[in-house]
Amino acid sequence: MGLAKRIIPCLDVDNGRVVKGVQFVDIRDAGDPVEVAKRYNEQGADEITFLDITASSDDRETTVHMVEAIASQVFIPLTVGGGIRTCEDIRRMLNAGADKVGINTAAVFNPEFVREAAQRFGSQCIVVAIDAKKVSAEGDADKWEIFTHGGRKPTGLDAVEWAKKMVEYGAGEILLTSMDRDGTKNGFDLGVTRAISEAVHVPVIASGGVGNLDHLVNGVIEGKADAVLAASIFHFGEYSIQEAKQRMTDAGIEMRL
Amino acid sequence: MSNKSMSEMKKSTVAVIDYGMGNLHSVAKALEHVADENTSVIVTSDPAVIDAADRVLLPGVGAIRDCIGEMHNTGLVPSIRKAMLEKPFLAICVGIQSLMSHSEENAGVDCLNHFQGNALFFGENHKDHDGSKLKVPHMGWNQVKHTINHPLWTNIPDNARFYFVHSFYVVPENKSEVAGTCDYGLEFCVALARDNVFAVQFHPEKSHKDGLQLYKNFLHWDGKP
Repeated sequence: MGLAKRIIPCLDVDNGRVVKGVQFVDIRDAGDPVEVAKRYNEQGADEITFLDITASSDDRETTVHMVEAIASQVFIPLTVGGGIRTCEDIRRMLNAGADKVGINTAAVFNPEFVREAAQRFGSQCIVVAIDAKKVSAEGDADKWEIFTHGGRKPTGLDAVEWAKKMVEYGAGEILLTSMDRDGTKNGFDLGVTRAISEAVHVPVIASGGVGNLDHLVNGVIEGKADAVLAASIFHFGEYSIQEAKQRMTDAGIEMRL
Repeated sequence: MSNKSMSEMKKSTVAVIDYGMGNLHSVAKALEHVADENTSVIVTSDPAVIDAADRVLLPGVGAIRDCIGEMHNTGLVPSIRKAMLEKPFLAICVGIQSLMSHSEENAGVDCLNHFQGNALFFGENHKDHDGSKLKVPHMGWNQVKHTINHPLWTNIPDNARFYFVHSFYVVPENKSEVAGTCDYGLEFCVALARDNVFAVQFHPEKSHKDGLQLYKNFLHWDGKP
């Protein structure tokens, strides 16, 4: 009896459609964001993450309307990320009905933005998204580095140290994506997930690489994640949220059924 | 009497207090979702509207010092106190903490003192019963045990899960005011009830069916325990 681990379906949205690519290329259409969000809500998703991957300011208005439409029909927590660069961006998303915002690139370029945002809106709604890649050679001690621009640009920042710093600055949650695994269906990078989850006192969401339900189980049990995020296994009907929750419950993980 | 004035007469209003903090959109949307045609939901910072409303909801998000500060700055404290004495009143999240005597958040803040007791920090080294580390904030879906029968628990199963996001929890002096508890390293109070006032630590507007049911119960509540 206690706090349940969470399953978070992720909607990567480009030009008003849910898409899913493999390692950020080879985009595939997965439907209307509002319809997809409603379906996951009905299936028992614990939360929904909406990532605006268009990142062009012209489409920001479309995103605001979409968040409004989802928030008026889906009564579970909603996190919105993608292109969040200023407190004004955060205010608009929260007013549109988001409960939390994900900050990624802007945190790398200006860590003080995270502090300012947490002070103004409260840590509970500031999720810092980290894209990490393994950079240690085979046989050496594990080391992961932060990358930006969809995994293309290295920053020289150590992922575990960066996560700790972001929590100190006020992040209320860490969304950790393994760029090596994203879209591969080979499972989470459990090493970096566990290293960060054990290093910080706030919840960690594991992301990147889910291909089957055992990957979700491993993310919690071996990766020590507080929540697991997946996209394509749910979008294309391979598994339902309910099936995922049942598998996790069978593995002894406390879930909201 | 025309149909129009008939319907206006019957119209019941619920005021969602806007004191400049938090996400009122989701609270208002959830109330609207369960409200019938004779109920209107008004997000307001106008004391006159709050005074005239049939029922009042006090939301809260963010840090307690800002919350209490804004309640005073906006001049809404007298209307909040008045509502708590005379009509169905529901406080949520930081709202429940604001009704206590004191909170230890932000180096200590005096609150509205409707319920005697304090809001305490879980601590960054919060541990589960078996000694394992627990994350703070307490974020996610946890079970709520009903410790009393109350109209606001109608059609909500005992131990149903609600969505929580908080780092502070309330400890009322009068244990008979506790309406529900939750376990996270320790058993703590997540719902308080006295007369026409009910307060919860979780977010009903984010708690799917059971959360919407609680709002529905609130809209039908006559304010009697």
